[in-house]
Amino acid sequence: MSIWEYANPVKFLRASGIVLPWIVAGAALCTVVGLVWGFLTPDDYRQGATVKIVFLHVPAALMAINAWMMMLVASLVWLIRRHHVSALAAKAAAPVGAVMTLIALITGAIWGQPMWGTWWEWDPRLTSFLVLFLFYLGYIALWEAIEDPDSAADLTGLLCLVGSVFAFLSRYAVNFWNQGLHQGASLSVAPGERMSSVYRYPLYVSMLGFFLLFLALVLIRTRTEIRRRRLAALLAREHRA
Amino acid sequence: MIELGKYATTVLSAYGISLVLLVAIVLQTVRANARARRALEEYDNRG
Repeated sequence: MSIWEYANPVKFLRASGIVLPWIVAGAALCTVVGLVWGFLTPDDYRQGATVKIVFLHVPAALMAINAWMMMLVASLVWLIRRHHVSALAAKAAAPVGAVMTLIALITGAIWGQPMWGTWWEWDPRLTSFLVLFLFYLGYIALWEAIEDPDSAADLTGLLCLVGSVFAFLSRYAVNFWNQGLHQGASLSVAPGERMSSVYRYPLYVSMLGFFLLFLALVLIRTRTEIRRRRLAALLAREHRA
Repeated sequence: MIELGKYATTVLSAYGISLVLLVAIVLQTVRANARARRALEEYDNRG
């Protein structure tokens, strides 16, 4: 049994069809519980009620970066091994990643206005996140602009490699540059409590919910792309006959 | 009732906009999948 077996579209459709209901159920449960639990947490002594925005902002930002990293891995698999399902999975992830990035940018701006006194600052993390969002839009546009699917997968794969620099910068910008407004990581594996358990546990549930939601959406969208590709191939064959 | 105080607009707008975006991507994904499945089934049924 090898992971490459799932590069076969029929096997991918069959396997994803089995796990998808469970992932959808988990995504719905964890996202709703995480956000409702987060919304019901007490006010922070400094941030007041705006602390509730963290349960949207942090999971969305996390998935925004990780979605691009997933696209990078899938694109590399396509460029190296030429498995069509991996190229379609990368294509499927882009709109979901773009939405996650947009949520992170908007919730960050909404939180920043009362806390920092500004909606926007050309801070290293904010700027690299904005560039990442533009990369998402460019990636989606490039897929739509090129008619030949293999050429589109090649070029978007290369774009994904370049964009990974900004995905990486978005994650580590606060460590590279200290002059920004954005604070360091709220959660860390390093010792020492950075966030009270009152906020930490609902945040974990929300993060799990956003991850499962991303996974469910990418699986559904990949299945859609496989079906579209199959229909296009059948119609092209019919046209040639 | 949850008291959001002076940050009520801030918190509610963050949740509102985020939920609209999440629901939009979920609906778009489900509809596109249903369309693709139907189109392939119609082709198969055509024989």
